[in-house]
Formats: sequence, structure tokens, C-alpha cells
Amino acid sequence: MGPRGKRRRDRLRWSKLYTFSCFSPSVLLDPEASHSLGGPGFSRIVYCNQPRLHRKKPLKYPTNYISTTKYNIISFLPKAIFEQFRRVANLYFLLAAILSLTPVAPFNPLSMIAPLAFVVGLSMVKEALEDWRRFMQDMKVNSRKVGIHKGEGVFGYKHWQKIRVGDVVKVEKDQFFPADLLLLSSSYEDGICYVETMNLDGETNLKVKRSLEVTLPLDEDEAFKDFRATIRCEDPNPTLYTFVGNFEYEQQVYALDPNQILLRDSKLRNTSYVYGIVIFTGHDSKVMQNATESPSKRSRIEKKMDKIIYILFTVLLLISFISSIGFAVKTKFEMPDWWYLQPKNTTYLYDPSRSGISGIFHLVTALILYGYLIPISLYVSIELVKVLQAMFINHDLHMYDEDTGNPAQARTSNLNEELGQVHTILSDKTGTLTCNQMDFLKCSIAGVSYGVGSSEVEIAAAKQMAAEATGKNSDTHDLWESNGGDVRSSEIELGDGITCTVEKAQMPTIKGFNFEDDRLMQGNWRKEPSAATIQLFFRILAVCHTAIPELNEETGGFNYEAESPDEGSFLVAAREFGFEFCKRTQSSVFIRERYSSSEKPLEREFKILNLLEFNSQRKRMSVIVRDESGHILLLCKGADSIIFDRLSKNGRRHEAETTKHLNEYGEAGLRTLTLAYRVLEESEYSTWNTEFLKVKTTIGPDRESQLERVSDLIERDMILVGATAVEDKLQKGVQQCIDKLAQAGLKIWVLTGDKMETAINIGYACSLLRQGMKQICLSTLKSDLMAEEAKRAAKENLLLQITNNSQMIKLEKDPHAAFALIIDGKTLANALEEDMKNQFLSLAVDCASVICCRVSPKQKALVTRLVKEGTGKTTLAIGDGANDVGMIQEADIGVGISGVEGMQAVMASDFSISQFRFLERLLVVHGHWCYKRIAQMICYFFYKNIAFGLTIFYFEAFTGFSGQSVYDDWYMLLFNVVLTSLPVISLGVFEQDVSSEVCLQFPALYQQGPKNLFFDWYRILGWMGNGLYSSLIIFFLNVIIFCNQSFRGGGQTADMAAVGTTMFTCIIWAVNMQIALTMSHFTWIQHVFVWGSIITWYLFLVAYGMSSPSISGNNYQILLEALGPAPLYWAVTLLVTAACNIPYLAHISFQRACNPLDHHVIQEIKYYKKDVEDCIMWKRERSKARQETKIGFTARVDSKIRQLRGKLQRKVLSLSIQTVT
Amino acid sequence: MNCIVDSDIGSSSSSGDAAVALTRKPRRPKYSKFTQQELPACKPILNPQWVISVFTLIGIVFVPIGVASLLASNGVVEIVDQYETACVPRNMTNDKVAYIQNADIDKTCTRLIKVPRDMHQPIYVYYQLDNFYQNHRRYVKSRNDAQLRNSKEANETRYCDPERTTEDGSPIVPCGLIAWSFFNDTYRFTRGDQKLTVNKKGISWKSDRDHKFGKNVYPKNFQNGTLIGGGKLNADIPLNEQEDLIVWMRIAALPIFRKLYGKIELDLKENDTILVTLKNNYNTYIFNGKKKLVLSTTSWLGGKNDFLGLAYLTVGGLCFFLAVAFTLVYMIKSRKLGDPSDLSWNRDSSGADYELFRDFTSSIDS
Repeated sequence: MGPRGKRRRDRLRWSKLYTFSCFSPSVLLDPEASHSLGGPGFSRIVYCNQPRLHRKKPLKYPTNYISTTKYNIISFLPKAIFEQFRRVANLYFLLAAILSLTPVAPFNPLSMIAPLAFVVGLSMVKEALEDWRRFMQDMKVNSRKVGIHKGEGVFGYKHWQKIRVGDVVKVEKDQFFPADLLLLSSSYEDGICYVETMNLDGETNLKVKRSLEVTLPLDEDEAFKDFRATIRCEDPNPTLYTFVGNFEYEQQVYALDPNQILLRDSKLRNTSYVYGIVIFTGHDSKVMQNATESPSKRSRIEKKMDKIIYILFTVLLLISFISSIGFAVKTKFEMPDWWYLQPKNTTYLYDPSRSGISGIFHLVTALILYGYLIPISLYVSIELVKVLQAMFINHDLHMYDEDTGNPAQARTSNLNEELGQVHTILSDKTGTLTCNQMDFLKCSIAGVSYGVGSSEVEIAAAKQMAAEATGKNSDTHDLWESNGGDVRSSEIELGDGITCTVEKAQMPTIKGFNFEDDRLMQGNWRKEPSAATIQLFFRILAVCHTAIPELNEETGGFNYEAESPDEGSFLVAAREFGFEFCKRTQSSVFIRERYSSSEKPLEREFKILNLLEFNSQRKRMSVIVRDESGHILLLCKGADSIIFDRLSKNGRRHEAETTKHLNEYGEAGLRTLTLAYRVLEESEYSTWNTEFLKVKTTIGPDRESQLERVSDLIERDMILVGATAVEDKLQKGVQQCIDKLAQAGLKIWVLTGDKMETAINIGYACSLLRQGMKQICLSTLKSDLMAEEAKRAAKENLLLQITNNSQMIKLEKDPHAAFALIIDGKTLANALEEDMKNQFLSLAVDCASVICCRVSPKQKALVTRLVKEGTGKTTLAIGDGANDVGMIQEADIGVGISGVEGMQAVMASDFSISQFRFLERLLVVHGHWCYKRIAQMICYFFYKNIAFGLTIFYFEAFTGFSGQSVYDDWYMLLFNVVLTSLPVISLGVFEQDVSSEVCLQFPALYQQGPKNLFFDWYRILGWMGNGLYSSLIIFFLNVIIFCNQSFRGGGQTADMAAVGTTMFTCIIWAVNMQIALTMSHFTWIQHVFVWGSIITWYLFLVAYGMSSPSISGNNYQILLEALGPAPLYWAVTLLVTAACNIPYLAHISFQRACNPLDHHVIQEIKYYKKDVEDCIMWKRERSKARQETKIGFTARVDSKIRQLRGKLQRKVLSLSIQTVT
Repeated sequence: MNCIVDSDIGSSSSSGDAAVALTRKPRRPKYSKFTQQELPACKPILNPQWVISVFTLIGIVFVPIGVASLLASNGVVEIVDQYETACVPRNMTNDKVAYIQNADIDKTCTRLIKVPRDMHQPIYVYYQLDNFYQNHRRYVKSRNDAQLRNSKEANETRYCDPERTTEDGSPIVPCGLIAWSFFNDTYRFTRGDQKLTVNKKGISWKSDRDHKFGKNVYPKNFQNGTLIGGGKLNADIPLNEQEDLIVWMRIAALPIFRKLYGKIELDLKENDTILVTLKNNYNTYIFNGKKKLVLSTTSWLGGKNDFLGLAYLTVGGLCFFLAVAFTLVYMIKSRKLGDPSDLSWNRDSSGADYELFRDFTSSIDS
């Protein structure tokens, strides 16, 4: 666009070309047909330009302030505390802490309250920090600025949050709309504007919005001085594509439809400015209504952990009951004889005459006492570990994107381990898999295929094949010796999963154009046999479109603003071939044609007579032009199936070759369009045009279908010119990433708002689809009126399709057969209904890949929920736009792509990465590690607390169930908080079963997570059993050895303090040795923490013994004077430590010897450096270490090899026959 | 080439966005071995050599310790004499409680003990009580250390319920049930006509005498109430010299316990007969508690304790057994460590399928 002042003069009216607005009459509201405005659901009244009226009730609507935070300053404390104590364990500890203030408590209150306060405090600080970040993000959005009418025709900038209903706002080019607006007028004379709704539905093609004709004059600031109008419309609701309302202006009532509504978070494009009235603000706006409440997610492991805690609670209750019954019995029948307790002189706690009541009080005591079975520090340790794990994710340089400067970010840390258990990935397409950039790559003209460049798919497949070949021929690779070397290097590059060799090899110099073929370039096409057809081909590219050129000041060339990126790439291609589209006027398109680089360009004018728009039903667009020689031509481009149906008999000359080429292109993952033309006779045209104009100006519901019918009349008997193949550029490394993820056993579903054709193409490009895969397309019969009857019929039809296809899959014998399910939004709406969704899901699960197209954000979320709840497996949703928010929130894990576009997806996500390819590392490395770390950590936690807690119970049984603990209060306090927490935290943070490289090289290792090998009940119960065993060993060995006899040469016998301290020493040794045996990866940190804990215990004991006896009581000087000099003390420690750990050691040794898991073997290979010595074996294993998969290009290559196999087999046979003869 | 920045078709806007991206401060994480989780680490694995040598080593260490402990335990001579029934006069065996509660009956009792083997000095004298819950929570709590330590804190009788004060409200020192139920049987030993002195000094922990029981804290109002528990204390001797009390106040962990009574600093010969004259004052009859007198020497490990040695021998033997068992396992299974054929994908049938298929394709190639 030119400078501001000039713009008004040479404003193009080109928009009228292909909108029918110039003919469409302003529809006065027909009162009969209107909805019951003012009735329930349609009560909103907006007084335009009078926002003051909306400050008071009853017209007071919410402001445009948005808030996505969970808490505010006042609600934080109560709400956060409530959240904390929703955890059963915390609630239990809270009750225990309160009760510890009463005399029933077995130990002093501080030792109960301090850990609880610490644990809860830490968690709350974390919550507060997270919410603060959300708040800052909201503030950023709220304080964006927009032009707003301040009165007297003056506009000024205001923050978004200050906008009220009824305000007139002026939005400029490339700005987001601050609220839902009614479009009044735009910089275009006919009141249209272009809107990008990427954030709403993920579609990148621009949409046209059109204002009412009556408001067209309101296109200047001054015009709003006295502007008054009233809007009556529907109440806030989440449907993006409907709007019902009317507009009362100058005593007239006009109907409004979604065409006049500009939605918040969509973006104004290609239009200098628009004026609009605010209808819905803030949380009333459609996009915010679509936002579902961000659910707080918990990982599968944590949910299971809760179950374990319930089990422990049951055990706790059980032993508390045993203890309290034991106590009651002892008190009633024996205590009257225990004169030394003065049984007649007791309180209610020990009253033999009321032993029942004493027993009940004792139950409370016991519940507090055995609280050590429930690891209080478990939650806080896990939280701390997860924060540190998240820190590692945030700092991972392999997930840092140099281009955008965005590192990966774990936005909530409580799902880390869930990353290691993902079963299904639901991915958005645009902006996630693709970068929404189209490159013109190949074309087929007059039956000849041009373009030697290869698509990414082809290059990668070729590489893979070469690599496979070297891999399998490793033993006898004389044949491959010549090229073995360089293939290996390329394979290593691919193996890294980060460097993308394709990108390096051929970086397109011109954006949108990646065509290489000397036959067409530099004007060489004129030497081709069918030069005339080629010329026509280029002209169609340059003329048949709706884009506008924009002069690039720096280079002097043109850039094109096109509705879709394909169109842009066609224009760029035409320009490169020498057919530069340079100007568009109301009625003409101007092309600069240059036949060779030496010649001067020649400007040609094509008069546009008609333009027949593209839409998804027609799947084609045409222009009717008159060229300089006066001929009338119809130029058409469209989907091959449509075009082939409309060819004339003599237009089918190249049909066979073109079809073959189209199939090749499709297989290579390219988007294809077919081009055709038709020469029209003057008379034929004018007859048709009269009818066309007539239809265009009619008013009525069937106008669109009439137009379609008339268009259809002219778009026939065409002559095939050729086909284009455009590469929808995948993001860097997407293919490798999908391949690896598939090998790791993950299922990938693509959910896109895009067209079915586009989605299928991308499916091919990502190797989610391939030739030979059976595609199951579920579709609905087209019916505009969604009457009950029609709907039921559609559903029945769908059910039939689903059952038929399920049957087909069941009957399939070939193990290599793969199925792909493709379904569109309309059908999905039916399939997701209650009575059908299970059948649909079971069909989808049987398919190797699933692609859902044209789905709304809500449907994305519903599909996600269906998968999550239907299969019970962990789902991960990944997306980049606001339209993905629903599914990101619904999935077990939401991953946002932090691109340049809006932040909504990232804000709603649990993890954000800047490129899809980082997902591999996030799942396969971090997920795998985090899963194992957390699983081992939790198991160990339960082990150590059972080992410790049960000794308290056994001892209590020896004290007449009186609730006395053998350990000092301080020992108990320190056990969870200091002495055993750091080693287990270091396990949770630093443990690595195998290194990150190995994780990436052996994607099959990932399956340990989804199969839940490390946190199944077998393992959990095993660890609990280990805890039980340890507790028995620790207690009884100590008690028997210390029973009666003196424990040292000096003749002294052991008192309770000595026994307790020895027992505790044994526990510290046993559990720390246990964790050392559990670990497989010792950095200095683990060494410090594990051995440090043991040393700390002794240091503490010395320090505690040296403190004043008023603090240490009976433990005064216990180590230095009493225990230290006694050999028995050390002998018991050694014995118990060994006895506790020998079974575990034997178990893991036996398991490794007889039933090794994959990571064991790999650890051994690494340990003996076999991977270095025998790289052939290492490489072979790497290529085998994958789950059987039917998607990804490895699978694709395999299927190709299988295809060849059949052919070759015959050849080999014939060869051998020849040699024999 | 960054796809996302370039995704905008409108060139003006894309250059604007690119500028934003460039000016935005890159948040490149700093490299460190720690944050990249690349810290050098030792990754021990349990290979056969390790497993077998660890078990053998434990066996080698444990068996000698076990043998040494058994030898030490065997060297200890222990004489146990249970006397609570024998010391009740014949006519009162049916009502032992009445006997013990009757202050008028003389509780003196004599016992003869035969020394089975030579005993070298010091010979420790213990009394052992059974079924006495010193570790009962009510009992354990019923004391006040501050009062014992410092004469100025005599009034500090918190926790001492129900033995806090006399009826007139003056504090009891030492207060609490533990002190109140103080054990008060006494023993005197003679060999022939030679009196064997029992040294009662140094039977408690030094730290207890020095720091936990005050030099100038004297018993006050002790056992003056209506309910008399156990023994009385000499009000003229400070608490830190009343070692019997100090020992008693060290509560035992289990309901069966021995406490040190004194030391006989004389060697006893085999077959020596020792006459014990004891005062059977302490009431264990009411709760059927046994009373035993124990004379024992000690070794470097303490008293007679066969269990420790046996436990060591058992664990050591088990480890030898495991070492042998694992040697057999490794021989029979003979899994080569790091053998890729043990990987799961090489074990299941689909992997084999794959292998076949590869062989096949390679045969085609050649």
C-alpha cells in the first residue's frame, strides 16, 4: 500500500471483483424470519458509541479485562491452602499436627507441625510463583493499545482492558481485534476487510468480512461524532461461526450475520484499518467463551501414588486398631497389677476402669505415632525433584531454538514423568507440523514432468534406504564398500535427529520457489516441443488467482498478498519463469512477460471478465479473461478429480501421463493442482454471462447454489494443460521426529482445521500416510438442512461405514496392511455423539494413523477427551494456536509451540517447545528419565517409610501398646526431612539408566514408560515387601542382640536410648545402602548425598550428644561414651545392613543374569565399550531398536522394500535358473 | 532459516516480526555439565565377577566375625538365679502379695550359688526383672530431668504426674513414677566366711553422674506419701552419688531387663559356693514378675550373647551359598554380558522375522 495520503485516491475497488457485494442488495430485516431477539438467549442490547450507558445496570457488561489466573490476592491464602489440604496425606498430617497439641500425642507437637508447615509452605510458594507468571501474561494482553473513539470525532489510544461495550474502535493493519466487534467500515470503499483467524481455528488463509452497506459512510474519524445506533443480539456464547442480531440505525432495522463480526484474537490483514463497535468484551467474547477452565492436571503416577497412600492408610488404620485394642486389653486386664504405674491414680488416657475410652484415645495416639508409614516428605520431595527436572528441561541446549531464541519450557512441573508414558500424540497441523510455507517444486506440462528437485520425503526416503542397505549388508559389504563411507556419515547426521541434512543440501534461495530444471528456466522452455502449452501453463499461474501485488521497495520486485500460501507460491513461480504479475486494476491483470533474460519484458493486459471463486465444495477456481488478441479464455485450476471430470474429449491427450505424475507427486507428499483452460466463443460467453449476472443479482436462500449451478455450465469441456506440485514445507526435522516417535511406539493423530486435501497431503509428507495404505474416509452425505430426519440418516450411514470398516480391518490377513482413518469435522460431530463414539474410537485405534480435518477447537478437545477416556492411555496434545487451547487443556499433557504467533497455546500448555522436532527429545529423553526417576523415587520412599514406620509398631507392641516410641523425637523429625531425603532427591534428579544419546538411538526403550514397567503393582508390592522385611530384620536383630546382656565390656546394659539409637543407625545404613544399590548412575552429587547422609547421622549424633542434657535427655553423650566404644554397636550395624540388603542384591543380580531388561543390556554394552569395538553390531541394534510401526518413513521404506521384494524374488529365481542352465 | 517467522505472506509484517524476533533477547541457556546432565559419573553394573566377589567377600568377613563372637560369648561365665518364688516362705506361697506387702515380715533370704567355671574379675552383678514395663509411655514420661540436675529447680515437677508433690504441695525430689518405683532388693555375697564386697561405684554412666544428676541435689519428700512405691533414698547423699537410682532411671527398652547392681572385684574359682543374702523387698508378685540375680563376666563384646555369632555365621554362610549359587547360575545361563541377542527386540518373534527378512534382502542384493 502506498503512503497514507495517497491511499484514498488510488484505492482499489478490486475487492468487488470476486465478492459479489456490488450486486448484493442490503437486506432489510424480515420481521417474520427473525429470531426472537429480546427473548431468552438473545437479550443483549448495545448502544453504539455510548459506552457510558453500559456502565450502569441493567446494561452493565463485563469490561475487556481478562484474567486467567487461578487466585487473586485475597483468595490466594484460603484457596491455596484448600488446594494443599485436598491431598489426603496433607489433611491427615494437619489433623495429626492439631492433635499433637493435645496430651494424646506420643511426641512433642513441634516435630509434627514443623515438617508440615515446611511442606505446605513450599508447595504454596510454588503455586504463587506460577500464578504470578500467568498474571503477568494477562497484564501484557490487557495493556495492549488500540485506537478508540473518545468523542467529538477524535480517536486516541487506550489499553485493551479499558474498552467497554459500545465503544467505537479503530483497528489498524496487523493488529489483533481487542474484543468482538461489529465491522462498520474499512479502508476499502466497499467495506470489506481481511481477517486472519489463525488463533481461532488455525486456518491461515485470509477470510473476508464485509460491513453493512448503510455503515459504509462511517469511514472517517469525524464521522463518528454523532453516530448513534443500537444493536440487539444474542448473548455471549462459544460458537465461532454463528451470530444472530440486528442493527437499528436511522430508524431502519438491518439483519446482522457472522460476516460482519470481527472476533477477538483474530488479526486484521491486508487492510489498512477498520472501524468497529464493541459488542462482546473480555470474558464475553467468543474466543474467551471457548476457553475452558484450565484444569489442574495430575500425572498417572501421582494418581497411582494416591492409591498406594490409601493402602498405607489402611495399613495404618489396621495397626492402629490392633494397637488400640491391644492397649485396651492390656489396660483393662494387666495394668491394675502394674502398681508402678499407679493405676488407681491415672487420667482418662490410662484408666483401667474405663479402658474402652482409653483405648479410643489411644487410637488417636497410634494414628499419629504410625504416621511415619505415610511419607510426609514424599510430596515435597517429589515437588522439589520435579522443579529440578523442569529446570533441566528448561536448560536443555538441545531443545533451544537458535532462530527464535526460545528454550523449551516446562510450564507446570507436575507432569514431567507423564512425558515418559505417552501413548497417543494429537497434533495440530499448521504451525506445528508445517511452517505454512509453500514451495513450488515440480510441474507436469503436456504430459512431461519437470522439476528435478526432490521433496524432503523423497530425499529422506532415499537416504534411509541407502542406510538400511549398508546396515543389513554389514557382514558382506563388499558390494557397498564404494559408497559405504558417505552413507554412514549421512546416517549419523540423521540419527542425531537434530541436524536436518535436507535443509543443508538445498536451501531455497527464493521463498516459495524450489524448482530446479534447466529445461524450463532462463527461457529454455521455448525450446521444448510443447512450448505453446508451457506458455499457457505459466499464464494460468500468473492470471488465475485473487492475489494483489505489492512492490518491494528494496529489491524492486513484487511480493504478493494472496489468500493462501499456495497461490503465493504459484505467483512466485510464474515470476521466476518470466511471467511476472505486476498490477491489478478493477478489471484487468497485468503480466510482464520476459522470454529470455536478455529481452526486455513485455507488459500484457488480461481483462478479467468473470471470476468464479474457490470454495471447498467446488474445489476449483476459474477466471474468464479476454487477452490482448480479443480471445475469451476460461482459465481454471482445481483438484484433479474435479478437473478430469470436466475435460473435453480432445482435452484428454495428456491425461494418462498427468495422472501418473500426479500420483508420484502425491506419494512424494506434494500438494497438487491441475490446470486447464477453455477457449470461449464470444456468443457462448455472452449467453452465459447474461444468465450469470441474473443469478448474481437475485435475492434468496438458493442464490449460492444457483451461482454454483451457473458456474458449472461454463466450466466444462476444458483442455488439460498440466499440474503443479507444491511442497507444503514441513518444519525442520518433523519427519525424523515423527519417525522416531513412531518407532518409540507412539500413535500420532493429526487434528486440523484445514481442508481434507491439505491434511492428506501433509499426511503423506510426514509419512503418516503412504501409498498402499488403505484409507478409510468417513464422510457425511451433503445436506444443508440439518433436520432431525436427515441427521438420523447421516448417523445411520456413518454407523454403517464404521462397522463395515471395522469388519474389514478384522478380516485383514496381511500383517503389514496398514489403515488410515480420515474424517472431517461434520462427520466427526456425529461420530463423537454418545451412542457412536465408542465404535468410532475402536475403529480409530485399529488404524495406524488418524487424520481429522475441518475440526473446530471444541471438537479437537472432544476428540482428545474421547481418546483419553476411551483408551485410558496417556494422551499428549501439541499445537501452536488459540484453536488448540481446548485440546491442550483436555489432554493429559499439553504442549504448546512457542512460535511468533499468539501465546494462547503456550499459556494453556504444560510444556512449551519452539519446534515440533524437540518433542522427540522431550519425550524420549526427558520423559523416559523423569518417568523412571519418579517411579523409582516413589517406590523407594514407600520402602523406607515402611521399613522405619513398622519398627515403631513392633516396639510399641513391647511396651504394652502404650504408644511409646523407641526413638528420640529428634531422630524421628530428622529421618524424613534430613537424613534420608537428599539421597532420594538425588535419585529423582540425577538418575540416568542410559545416557541421552542411547535414549535417542534406541527409541524402543521408551516403551518401558507406556508399559509402566517401573511402577506396576508387582514392583510396588515388591518394594513394600522389601520394606516389611527390612523392618523385621532391623527390629528383631537389634532387640534380640541387645536383650538383657550387657552390650560392652564395662558391664552396662543397654537402656532404651541406646537400643533406639542403634536401631536408628541400622535404619540409616540400611536405607542408604539400599538407595546406593538402586542407583545406576553416580556422579559426585549422589556420592556426597548418600554417604553424606550416613556421615551426617553420626555427626548429628555427636553434636546432639554434646549439647546440654536438657535438650538431649537420655541421649546425652550417647555415641561418644556409650555406643562408640562398644564393638557390639558396630557389629550390629554391619550385620543388619548386610542382612537387609542381601535379598535385594541377590534379586537384582538374578534378574540381570536371567531376565535382563533392555537398559541392562545396553548398560553392559556401554560398560564394556562394545559399542566402540563393534560398531556394526551397535548400528544394527540401533536400527532394530524400535517398535513395530506402520507410520513414519522407516515403515514407508520397509513397505517399499517389501514391494520390491516380490519383484526381485522373481528376478532372482529367473537368474538362478539361467545360471543353472 | 526459521519457518515460523517466514510463515507470514505479507512481507511487510514478516519483516516486522523478524525484527521483533531479532531484538528479543535470546534466552539461550548457559552451558554447563550440570544443567545438560552430562556430569561425569561412574556407572557400575552388576557383572558376575562383582556379584560373586561381593557375596564371597561378605562371607569371608562375616564368618570370622561370627566365630570370634561365639568364642567371646563362650568365654563369658554367667550365673542366673531366679529367686522370687524361692524367697517366699512356704506358708505364704499362696499369697505372695500379702507377704511382700506385709512390712512386718523380715524379707531376708539366703541363696546358694555354685560357680560352674572360673570367673575372672570384674564380675558384674545384675538384677533382672521380667514383665516389668519400664517402657510404658506413662512411666517413661514421668520424670523431670531439670529437677534432677539442679537443686534450684526442685519445684520443677512438670510431667511427674502422679508423683509430683506431697499432699501439702511441697515438691518431691526426685519426682515421678520412675524414681518412686525405685528397685530396692539388696544383695550381699559371702564365699565361705570371706565377704565378697560389691563395688557400687562406677556402675552408671559417667556423663549421667557429672551432668544429669546434680552434685547438690538431695532427695526431698521422697516416699513420704501414703502410697509407698519402691525403695527409699538416703536424703543426705546427693543424687549424683546414688548410682543405683541413676541406673534405675535409665529406663530399659523391653519389659525384660537387667540392670547393673555392682561389681565383685575378685576372681571366683570353679565350684566355689557363694552364699547370697538378699533382701527381697521389691514387689513383683502382684504382676507376676520374675526376679533374677545374675553374676556375669564380660568379654570385649559384653555379656553372653551367642545370637550375634550365630547371626553372623548364618549371614556369612548364606553369602557363600549365594556366591556358589550365582556361579552356577552364570555357568548354566552363561549369558554373555552386553550380548545384543538379549535385547527384547531380538528375543520376540517379530524381531526374528525382521532378521529373516533382512537376510533375505541381503541375499537378493548379492
